[in-house]
Amino acid sequence: MDFNFIILAIGQILAPQTIAFALAALGLAVCFGFTGLVNFGQAGFMAVGGYGFAITSVKLGWPLWASILAAIVAAVIFAFILGIPTLRLRSDYLAIVTIAAAEIVRYTVKTPTLNPVTGGTDGINGSSVAFDAINPIPPGRYGIGILTYNQDDLWVIIVGWVTVAVAALFVWQLMRSPWGRIVRGIREDEDAVRALGKNVYWYKMQALIIGGVLAALAVIINIVPTSLQPDNYGTQTTFFLFTIMLLGGATTVLGPILGSIIFWVVLSLSDGILSLLVSNHLIPITQVQQGPVRFILVGIALMLIIVFRPQGILGNKREAHFGA
Amino acid sequence: MPDTTNAAKATGLQIGDPAPGVKKVDPILVADNVTRNFGGMTAVDVAHVEIPRGVITALIGPNGAGKTTFFNLLTGFDKPNTGQWIYDGRNLAGVPAYKVSRLGMVRTFQLTKALSMLSVLENMRLGATKQTGERFFSALITALWRKQEKEITERAMELLARFKLDTKADDYAASLSGGQRKLLEMARALMTSPQLVMLDEPMAGVNPALTQSLLGHILDLKSTGMTVLFVEHDMHMVRTIADWVIVMAEGKIVAEGYPDAVMDDPAVIDAYLGAHHDTDLGTLTGQLEVAIDDDDSLVQQITDEIAAESANTGSTDDRKGTA
Repeated sequence: MDFNFIILAIGQILAPQTIAFALAALGLAVCFGFTGLVNFGQAGFMAVGGYGFAITSVKLGWPLWASILAAIVAAVIFAFILGIPTLRLRSDYLAIVTIAAAEIVRYTVKTPTLNPVTGGTDGINGSSVAFDAINPIPPGRYGIGILTYNQDDLWVIIVGWVTVAVAALFVWQLMRSPWGRIVRGIREDEDAVRALGKNVYWYKMQALIIGGVLAALAVIINIVPTSLQPDNYGTQTTFFLFTIMLLGGATTVLGPILGSIIFWVVLSLSDGILSLLVSNHLIPITQVQQGPVRFILVGIALMLIIVFRPQGILGNKREAHFGA
Repeated sequence: MPDTTNAAKATGLQIGDPAPGVKKVDPILVADNVTRNFGGMTAVDVAHVEIPRGVITALIGPNGAGKTTFFNLLTGFDKPNTGQWIYDGRNLAGVPAYKVSRLGMVRTFQLTKALSMLSVLENMRLGATKQTGERFFSALITALWRKQEKEITERAMELLARFKLDTKADDYAASLSGGQRKLLEMARALMTSPQLVMLDEPMAGVNPALTQSLLGHILDLKSTGMTVLFVEHDMHMVRTIADWVIVMAEGKIVAEGYPDAVMDDPAVIDAYLGAHHDTDLGTLTGQLEVAIDDDDSLVQQITDEIAAESANTGSTDDRKGTA
């Protein structure tokens, strides 16, 4: 039997995908956990940011800093488009609008007419050129055993984790400031906060923007070592993010990061174990069924978290909420 | 605690005889032609009303009279179909709720809105206005708001001590009792340093021991120069602390005046407080008592029913009326 999958699963701790989901889940925690906005469109923010980055860098050849800025601006504009009509309404409307808007983005970029710009269903390759060009790490292979990285992989991982650390500090500072007090107040009861003279609508908009910008930064880390694929930003991604955030603790800063690590390691482990069992005919399912079974397990895990530990791993039980 | 039984009442507030819409010597709020319809129902239809400055005004009336809706309109939580109101020389019609609050007109809610998952102290701090750290970019640099935060905390602790909540400062607001939440909501509103405090049923659900201290706090507000407008069903409280009483029914202002005069006005008592407020209308004898006052045919009908009941059951007890 081949137990390499265990090492691969350990590799998920540092993987760019883990970094990306940690950042995006942190953004979701700002929206949902701290401010109480039911944002089901985090994948949409990722897609918008990703295309903002990839189109400007690959198709238009902008410098790296300009492309990053473009991704951020795209996410901010998307937040305004979603927020202006819905943030004055009850939170359920935001949930409906965001989940629909994320799907609209995904289907729009896949439209064949837009192929020259968005690459259609194939997405966009080659976002890494500008990023790798400023890589100071000398070429070679780094790491131990089968867990080795080339200089470009290592560069993404380092930049990615530094970004996560900066983002976590940023959110932590915001949430301990009077600004954070207002958004947590809004989560509890926005009319009470309004009655105290705070412009609730604008604070909700700011929270949605911060969540969206973190998603846009996340997707850059995700597409630089791979490529931009529209179908990676469907509703499934949003639900992964919710699972990650709830697993770690929706009202904590480190929760979404820890959640992302655990989520990807466990998913990778379960994949390895399942394929081991399938290939040795120990369970009566085929290899084709193996993929979906993993996601059934994710769904069950999400349900178990909400029932038995709604505050997540790091959360405070008393602050747990599924309010809207 | 201030002696609430002998609180000095203000006099000479109005110009002319007390009547609905009477002019005040020094109004803080003047509302004109404010209407609000829900479908075909007119919830509020106030032609003219003035709230006197620096005193305690009570807004009373039966359930569904439009008191809370009127509150919501005045504070920007609801939009009127017509009308305007001037607060301290400024037209507030169409001004959003948060700006109304910033202008010094702060309200509390009938269903208490304590922010449960914030500590009592955080609830209080939230009330403070003009906080540097509430702006996004300033929030990122602690040095910009640390000093102000300390001042706010000191002021919050003073207020909490006045409301006897200081020992609860670090607890989640969720752990407070209903009455304590009312106190917290009032204290939090005071953190905004308001001119006009609007309390929506401050006594609802508060136990008798706390009632007395709440009354004291409301009188304190007056003594520090604030104007208070409150909605209340507790007539004892209205009589005790209000300087002026406005009576609403079916959306309109139907009576105004000094509490003793208004509450002894038979028309007001009869129509809006109920002439038989001590009578149990669940019994036929109770219904008879009410009917005697105004309807002879009804008296006959109820008398017949009582006779029939006694014959049927052989009992002379008060039966639950089915009429």
